[in-house]
Amino acid sequence: MSRTRRDPSTLLVLVPVGIAVALFLLPLVGLLARTPWSRFLEELASREVLDALRLSLVCSLGAAALSFALGLPLASWLAGGVSRTCSAVRVLVLLPMVLPPVVGGVALLLAFGRNGFLGGPLERVFGISLPFTTGAVIVAETYVALPFFVLTAEAGLRSFDRRFAAAAATLGAGRWRRFRTVTLPMIAPSLQAGIVVAWARALGEFGATITFAGNLAGETRTLPLAVYVALETRPEAAIVLSLVLVSISALFLFLLRERWFPVR
Amino acid sequence: MRPRVSLWLLSLATAVGLAGCGGTAAGASPTTRVFASASLTDAFQALARAFEERHPGAELELHFAGTPRLVVQLREGAAADVFAAADTVSVERVLAGTVPRPPVRIFATNRLAIALPRGNPGGIAGLADLGRADLTVALCGPEIPAGRYARQALERAGISVRSASDEPSVRALIAKVELGELDAGVVYATDVASAARRIDSVPIPDELNVVATCPIVALAPDEDRPGGEAFVEFVLSAEGRRILDSFGFGAP
Repeated sequence: MSRTRRDPSTLLVLVPVGIAVALFLLPLVGLLARTPWSRFLEELASREVLDALRLSLVCSLGAAALSFALGLPLASWLAGGVSRTCSAVRVLVLLPMVLPPVVGGVALLLAFGRNGFLGGPLERVFGISLPFTTGAVIVAETYVALPFFVLTAEAGLRSFDRRFAAAAATLGAGRWRRFRTVTLPMIAPSLQAGIVVAWARALGEFGATITFAGNLAGETRTLPLAVYVALETRPEAAIVLSLVLVSISALFLFLLRERWFPVR
Repeated sequence: MRPRVSLWLLSLATAVGLAGCGGTAAGASPTTRVFASASLTDAFQALARAFEERHPGAELELHFAGTPRLVVQLREGAAADVFAAADTVSVERVLAGTVPRPPVRIFATNRLAIALPRGNPGGIAGLADLGRADLTVALCGPEIPAGRYARQALERAGISVRSASDEPSVRALIAKVELGELDAGVVYATDVASAARRIDSVPIPDELNVVATCPIVALAPDEDRPGGEAFVEFVLSAEGRRILDSFGFGAP
């Protein structure tokens, strides 16, 4: 570091930066300090941990895929629209981000539950009951994760310079081809970031899941639910599970950092 | 986009800050903090109201959660003056290694009952029906006293039930019964009594039922914080007994 005169305003920035970093770092240190390393592998290989891990991966990836499949058309519709319907839909889409997840879970029950206005007929006619199934976990996770994807994708679409698409149109490219060969590659970083954020949100989902899908080992008990249960019975298992969750998230973010969150 | 993000962070930081305030207890505050199991919610709210009327200036702060959650919070150092639980094992886990050991007193008993959604859509007449494959039945998790008692009762009756979800507290279980998502749930008789307007129920006969004993303890009796002892005495008093009776809790 060069010994130039220090600007006092630097300190003004460094203090909150230090506090913020500590806020992220200290809980992690606490977790690592209490990890039962000698029994780590044994805990990790237990049926309950593996079940929760498998469920978490399947459901969060499913939710991320659904978020992409439903979110991309929604985002492009929102990005292009200025109508009142558009603004209303945008509020609707963002609602799950501010709603406490437990409330979201109750709302999902009221809609898709056995007595829900959609779930009721669904069960009577098709015999399909969503609550307490793995499907319900994916629905709950999609409900909370989708807004994150839509928001990120819409921001990308809005900053996309439409003149590129217009130029392609003058060269005779049809609508689909313009989207596929011009728009999509140019907004790809936003979409990738959107998928990662949606996936991460789905992986950590707790409130909506335990309310809507319940808590059953092997069926609906994802890693966050397993942590919650284990914390009350076997705190050491809870720490191992938490560490697994942290490691998966950190690993993904680390592997994708250069590609999806480019550092200049 | 940028200013909106910083606004988000600001509100998040405020929320974290506020949550932090709730966790720190100032040394000699006049507020008495009571940790009680979820199944005691209604009765303890009434007890606290009556206590505060009796002792002007005294202030109680009630904290309800599933019993094992309270145990973890207390073991990790949550500041509470009184702990009232749905089973004795949980109190022992909190007191393990505490010297001097404060006296633990049983203040009530409870029993199990079957909670049903209004109209009993599953047509359930008793414990034996809970084994039917066409029903969606749930219990509290085995780590929750209510879940453990329910499994004991079912085992005693020789019925195997596949719990659709191991609910984290009796309150959560009752809510799902009330919404009609479950055909039945095994909870405490007192839960069924206080939710009688919203749910139906079927009693469990004495020979199959499990009697839960509810202990109460004033933690860390301290000259500066005598409120804990006073509240425990009140719960054990004749007036406390009357209130507990009105919520269906049996005498110890």
